[in-house]
Amino acid sequence: MTAEFTKRDYSLVGLDSKLAEEKGLANAEWYASEIPRKRMKELIQRRNGPAIRDTAIWFILLIASGTAGYMLWGSWWAILPFMIYGVLYGSASDSRWHECSHRTAFRTKWMNDVVYEIASFMVMRESVPWRWSHTRHHTDTIIVGRDPEIPAPRPPDLLGIAMSLFSLKTGPGEILKVLLHCTGRLTAAEETYIPGEEQHKVYRNARIWVLIHALVIAVAIGSGSILPLMYIGLPSFYGAWEQLLCGLTQHIGLAEDVLDHRLNCRTVYMNPISRFLYWEMNYHVEHHMFPMVPYHNLAKLHEELKHDMPVPYSGFWEVYREIIPALFRQVKDPRYYVKRQLPGSARPAMPGPAAAMMTE
Amino acid sequence: MENWVQVCQVDDIEAEDVIRFDHGDRTFAIYRSDDDQYYASDGLCTHEEVHLAGGFVMDNIIECPKHNGRFDIATGEAKGAPACIDLRTYPVKIEAGRVVIDIS
Ligand code: FES
Repeated sequence: MTAEFTKRDYSLVGLDSKLAEEKGLANAEWYASEIPRKRMKELIQRRNGPAIRDTAIWFILLIASGTAGYMLWGSWWAILPFMIYGVLYGSASDSRWHECSHRTAFRTKWMNDVVYEIASFMVMRESVPWRWSHTRHHTDTIIVGRDPEIPAPRPPDLLGIAMSLFSLKTGPGEILKVLLHCTGRLTAAEETYIPGEEQHKVYRNARIWVLIHALVIAVAIGSGSILPLMYIGLPSFYGAWEQLLCGLTQHIGLAEDVLDHRLNCRTVYMNPISRFLYWEMNYHVEHHMFPMVPYHNLAKLHEELKHDMPVPYSGFWEVYREIIPALFRQVKDPRYYVKRQLPGSARPAMPGPAAAMMTE
Repeated sequence: MENWVQVCQVDDIEAEDVIRFDHGDRTFAIYRSDDDQYYASDGLCTHEEVHLAGGFVMDNIIECPKHNGRFDIATGEAKGAPACIDLRTYPVKIEAGRVVIDIS
């Protein structure tokens, strides 16, 4: 049997953070598949068309389901439109937030920025802190002590993951952070990745958010109905399950502390509805390796690179058949992780400088 | 004092593209816009020191390959987080079909 496991420190200001730097895992060079520059130049081209179309469909569906919910309010039939509204509000906003944070969804910068702010509000991720947190996630993907977005630190908190279906694990924490930011302060971890010149924006935005939510709560109290909160506030919780379903497929159960996205990200084929809601983030290895490629070209990028990638998962069924047992196993043995296999046509994996030092 | 250094032939850079140019222990990014203007800047992104030559030029903006930080290739102006610090730019001229930059 293996040696005793020492619990790792996933915070950004603890022992593993220092160790990551010492091992050369922080801000390191990552593996990138080869692709002709000419082809990449074609793939990174930005267009407004796809994102305008998808955003228009998104808002039309939000309005339609919200109107149906209003008309059916008071009957059980209202559950159906609010389920749709919730997913569009609390889950589809996740991928809009993500793509617009990279400013790749639209060609026009202000369009990315406007949709980014709206989606951040819906998904309850403060726009400035999360932009920087996500930047760090790309610098140090699943590097313990460096990446603030490791979804399931080992041993995984299964109850917490289940609670995240309705944003009950992270949601309250986010609310507390918003309140903290209203007072003009950041958490210790945020201090490590939000530059000084950006901090005033965090405080300003937090105050705007609190004001909007206070207004909606006041209207709900004034009208004696939770209906206003069904449109703003609550859908970030009751509609979060779909983003979790997609989002868990990205990294959970895979290797930590490697410098090769093929080993710590998954590409999963998904149905057209999920791909619309998720804005093609199912091509997650490709996105991490080449974040300049807009979502609407990721399927094409995947075709270019698949000879150099692990075999993609055929769908949710296949991926959850791997994730669920892996999580249960990691509860008992936190050193366990799923080793992604590269095909014979691929260049060798680049586990990184820490490979020799890792305890796994 | 001026210090003009030869970089490459004008055609060594495609329209709307960038190349890396190392000189001594310094590294530069040399750009050609789609209307054949040439520009030069420090070669490393001011965010996390990634070579900008790995990025792409679109609409006179160089986009960093690491976190999509953007800079104006003519002025070096940072165009928003995570690119918050402007790039240093250098004068460029074309002499006998060659791109020459002043790295002083
Ligand atoms: S390294 Fe260039 S934007 Fe981060």
